[in-house]
Amino acid sequence: MADIFEKIKDIIVEQLGVEPEDVKPEASFVDDLGADSLDIVELVMALEETFDLQIPDEDAEKIHKVGEAVQYVIDHQ
Amino acid sequence: MVNRVVITGIGVVTPVGNNLDEFWSNLTGGNSGVGPITRFDTTGYSTNIAAEVKNFNAADYIDRKEARRMDRFTQFAVTATGMAVENAGLDMAKINRARAGVILGSGVGGIETLEEQHKVLMERGPGRVSPLFIPMMIANIASGQVGINFGLRGCNVTTTSACASSANALGDAFKVIQRGQADIMISGGTEAPITPLAVAGFCSMKALSTRNDDPTGASRPFDIGRDGFVMAEGAVVLVLEEMEHALARGANILAEITGYGASCDAYHITAPDPEGGGAVLSMRWALEDAGLSPEKVDYINAHGTSTPLGDKLETMAIKEVFGEHARGLAVSSTKSMTGHLLGAAGGLETAVCALAIQKRLIPPTINLSEPDPECDLDYVPNTARQADVKVAITNSFGFGGHNATLVIERFAVERNI
Repeated sequence: MADIFEKIKDIIVEQLGVEPEDVKPEASFVDDLGADSLDIVELVMALEETFDLQIPDEDAEKIHKVGEAVQYVIDHQ
Repeated sequence: MVNRVVITGIGVVTPVGNNLDEFWSNLTGGNSGVGPITRFDTTGYSTNIAAEVKNFNAADYIDRKEARRMDRFTQFAVTATGMAVENAGLDMAKINRARAGVILGSGVGGIETLEEQHKVLMERGPGRVSPLFIPMMIANIASGQVGINFGLRGCNVTTTSACASSANALGDAFKVIQRGQADIMISGGTEAPITPLAVAGFCSMKALSTRNDDPTGASRPFDIGRDGFVMAEGAVVLVLEEMEHALARGANILAEITGYGASCDAYHITAPDPEGGGAVLSMRWALEDAGLSPEKVDYINAHGTSTPLGDKLETMAIKEVFGEHARGLAVSSTKSMTGHLLGAAGGLETAVCALAIQKRLIPPTINLSEPDPECDLDYVPNTARQADVKVAITNSFGFGGHNATLVIERFAVERNI
């Protein structure tokens, strides 16, 4: 799990241009990390690519926080 | 009574310098910005030289996340705009931003992004194409991004007329202020075409110099040995301002724009009109717009791309417009040093005219060792020349037969030309 979190953190830091210490499980992509709708699509794509997943739109819409993304990957890998 | 339009700021991201001092000292020192292409592997290309922007790190000027969401051509534009605004001493908090707009020119827009994302599509399928692909690629996004970054809410468009794009942009921006619809216009051009597909396309057209073993000697306008143009990249952005607005804030006025002419060859998609008719029209209309007789012009910054046909026809057109005076004025092509910035060329060359007027110094046409007998004007060969330039014009011609000419004058509150 720690490994998954670290990988996701790296993606977020790279794509959203935020500081690593701001990427906490409870952080909201939109409210805390400054993501817009295009960023969210890009992040979901990066998760699919990195963890070899297919994330349907209805699932993606439920991922609002960093911790939710980590949990989704754990549940679906 | 129309409003008068002055240039109060210039920002440059170019192959010959990323600040105004370096830019001007290289151009007047006769230093070329051409070298081997480093942006991609040129194996198999008939041309492997270009004039690239050096030491450009977008993150030095733009927030890291923002920079990631911009194609290189937009990064150039935003950076050059920041420099121009600073050079103009504009305090953005003090201007009416609804009366400030943006018209930039770009010939191709975000072609690097287009190529990268097409590769993604081919290799990984449609579901992997970036959601940022469209907004990064569209040619108008540089103008849009500048509007966003500087909070400018006036007229905002992009002109696309190939290598005349930014001359048309400046002409249109000049007119917006002249007719009273804005106090300030950010205008110029941006281009980042040193990409595998774009260079291959120009190679296939046989438009580029293949003097690969002599990069700095490759762009040689008006020389008998010229064999095509040298591709370049960069952005040059000017702050245009209504005269009274500039005077009221005590701005340093660099020069005045007084005329704009635009025409079409209506002849061929890439070949210039063999009579030079379109170029003649754009020069004549620009002078007429400025209310000047041809004899008033001291300096022409030529389109002069170093193509066999283009330089000859421009020379012909200059003789047609200026008659006897064609031999009494100075003509130079700074593309001999900068290469051809395509849609950004007109912006760069308008800046050169303003600086030549201000510094009383004409940058040379370098690599002019043996003039073509059909190119027999005074091209300021190889060495800069001190001259009291009061009126300059700049020509830009683009594929599609687009021609644009701007008239730039030394500024005086009482215009005494």
